[in-house]
Amino acid sequence: MHDDVESTVQRICQSYDNDGRRLMDIVTDLHREYGCVDPEAMDLIARCVNVPRLRVQSLVSFYSFYAEAPRGRIVIRLSDDVIDRMHGYDRVAAAFCDELGIGMGETTADGLFTLERTACIGMCDQAPAGLVNDVVITHLSSDKARQIVQDLRRHGDPHQLVTSLGDGENGCDLIHSMVRNNLRKAGSVIFSPINRGEAIRKALSISPQEVIRAMKTARLRGRGGAGFPAGMKWEFARGAGDGQKYILCNADEGEPGTFKDRVILTERADRVFAGMTIAGYAIGASEGIMYLRAEYAYLKPHLEDVLRRRRIDGLLGETVLGRNEFAFDIRIQIGAGAYVCGEETALISSCEGKRGDPMTRPPFPAQKGYNGCPTVINNVETLCCVTKIMEEGPATFSDCGSDQSSGTKLLSISGDCKRAGVYEFPFGTTLREVLNECGGLEAQAVQVGGPSGKMVSPADFDRKICFEDLATGGSVMVFGPQRNILDIVHGFMDFFVDESCGYCTPCRVGNVLLKQLVERVRDGSGEPDDLDQMRRIAGTMKATSRCGLGQTSSNPVMSTLTTFETEYTDRVQDGPDGQRRGFDLAESVKAAESIAGRPSVHTGQDD
Amino acid sequence: MGENQKARIATTSLAGCFGCHMSLLDIDERILQLAELVVFDKSPINDIKQFTGRCDVGLIEGGCCNEHNVEVLRDFRKHCDILISIGDCATMGGIPALRNTVPLQECLDEAYRDGPSVHNPSGMIPNDVELPLILDKVYPAHEVVKIDYHLPGCPPSADTLWEALVALLTAKPVELPYELVKYD
Repeated sequence: MHDDVESTVQRICQSYDNDGRRLMDIVTDLHREYGCVDPEAMDLIARCVNVPRLRVQSLVSFYSFYAEAPRGRIVIRLSDDVIDRMHGYDRVAAAFCDELGIGMGETTADGLFTLERTACIGMCDQAPAGLVNDVVITHLSSDKARQIVQDLRRHGDPHQLVTSLGDGENGCDLIHSMVRNNLRKAGSVIFSPINRGEAIRKALSISPQEVIRAMKTARLRGRGGAGFPAGMKWEFARGAGDGQKYILCNADEGEPGTFKDRVILTERADRVFAGMTIAGYAIGASEGIMYLRAEYAYLKPHLEDVLRRRRIDGLLGETVLGRNEFAFDIRIQIGAGAYVCGEETALISSCEGKRGDPMTRPPFPAQKGYNGCPTVINNVETLCCVTKIMEEGPATFSDCGSDQSSGTKLLSISGDCKRAGVYEFPFGTTLREVLNECGGLEAQAVQVGGPSGKMVSPADFDRKICFEDLATGGSVMVFGPQRNILDIVHGFMDFFVDESCGYCTPCRVGNVLLKQLVERVRDGSGEPDDLDQMRRIAGTMKATSRCGLGQTSSNPVMSTLTTFETEYTDRVQDGPDGQRRGFDLAESVKAAESIAGRPSVHTGQDD
Repeated sequence: MGENQKARIATTSLAGCFGCHMSLLDIDERILQLAELVVFDKSPINDIKQFTGRCDVGLIEGGCCNEHNVEVLRDFRKHCDILISIGDCATMGGIPALRNTVPLQECLDEAYRDGPSVHNPSGMIPNDVELPLILDKVYPAHEVVKIDYHLPGCPPSADTLWEALVALLTAKPVELPYELVKYD
């Protein structure tokens, strides 16, 4: 057994040239073979790639898809977020627990199954959903849950769970998934028909500077949410010396409620890779990396195949389109379940084979990024726009959209609406139009921009989706009149507590405090002071957290405290005689009463 | 200033170590100035056990680790216009709160039976009816009653306590320079 592990580790490390920067891939591969990376394997890896053992251990402990202790051969991960909960997550989870005879986070005695909860897996349009190893299972119910366990007990093969195939490329042999695209509205940019190779041909016919100018003329802004002008980002990287540079594509679509990149990668992968290649040409990079979240691992064979075909067709490789002076190739880096890796500096750390710790900026990646080299990181959707701008010219692109936001925006719409799915709208479309299209006009609230975005009330439904008004990376969650706003806020805070990397105190502690306060108010034991306390904590977190996660994670609370203030104020009141309503003396002496075998002399009597 | 015009002040040490009270006494000769400003009601300093009347200010050292602490704290809230949590135990639970992650039975076993320095052949855990029952965990003061101000520190230095008290009693804005509220 020992020799076996040793030779496996050596073989895997060898396949990545014993390169410490590929630690993510090494650990992922080893995981596939053994289901965990135990201390012995850590020692072996550390020796092979010549890094401190601590680095291997901290990596394994950081990512939720890695484990030190052996887990079941089949790992079932249930997507647990606000939308999944609205669609019956609790019932599904209970059915899995019952049928497997284990609790959440446990492994069956026969070592066959492990059951876990995980953050949003990008399937909110077909919730409740989950992953069985790499296989996505959607539209779960308690009956389905039991059937899945019984089937797996019989054949033991997650792939056989896919009995009906999704639409479009989901049905191709390389994806072979039950996931549905739910592409409800294809607009003029991202999902327009593609003419493969045209964009790169046009880009290579002009100078890199002219390509950058085209992005500026088109007024292309980053689609991840922040909206930084893409052309400017490229110009910084282009101007940062003549050495090695990199293009990174952020396909770590982890913002709960977002799933549009999933559909782009399924249906328009060529357009994304073309965008990366054009970006490479513009800034003078020869290597690109697509950072793909582990939840989308089922798309990897398909994406590898698209890359393979592009190499054959001369759209990637040593001489792109036969041009000796332009070499460019792309590799796919698979993540391992960490939301924070969508933050660009954390994403770089992860690509370098480290924990996904965000770094302090400046220096910005455009000056000093992957491997210390100038790096451009763009969102999947942004790169699609790049390709489209090259295909049809910047003017056509900028004609569409609003004043400060040109082009279209993909929205991932989920929750209480009739037609959940992906919609491509021109920037500047009002939220009301969006809700009308998806059948969600009865909403009492809409969360725009994911948990760290804004909770919009009906009074603001005429606001526009664009960077200058309602900015969003694309997540639109619709909440009907039957939902409890504070349950939703609590769910979002739950998410941030789980996903905080823990490096800085305001974020690590602040999220927990906010969650507790929301819980207290929701459960009716809050006081007016608690609301001030929330505002103070949120202010501190915003001002002092190290990265965007902690700087924005108080938004669900702050946004609803403004827009849905009565949800809070109606539930709080001062305690009698200055006593805290959240403190229950009788409850807190229960344990001692049972140990001492006598009742408290203080409870039961009026103070 | 006559005795009846002076502010009435009460103090108590709950689940604390009396360090904060020691720090208060550390104001040295300024205690004479303090005596000009206040009269002490219920406090370990003068050993008055019961409130004799309504107080302006109550100083709370320590959090709540047992039911008696809760009673005392509630009594303070009832009798004092302004309550100030003094020190890390009152404001955050402090050292006593280290037990908060350990189940109560385990805490008692470690303290009275299994601890390396324990000699207790009978294995009895103290359980006289006079002993207040301890709480499932240690609570900072503001989780039990409304607290108006917090003064951190372990303990807050005499200067910190002095500056804060004098400002409060003379109705002036409190000025706590960085050195007085920095603890690392």
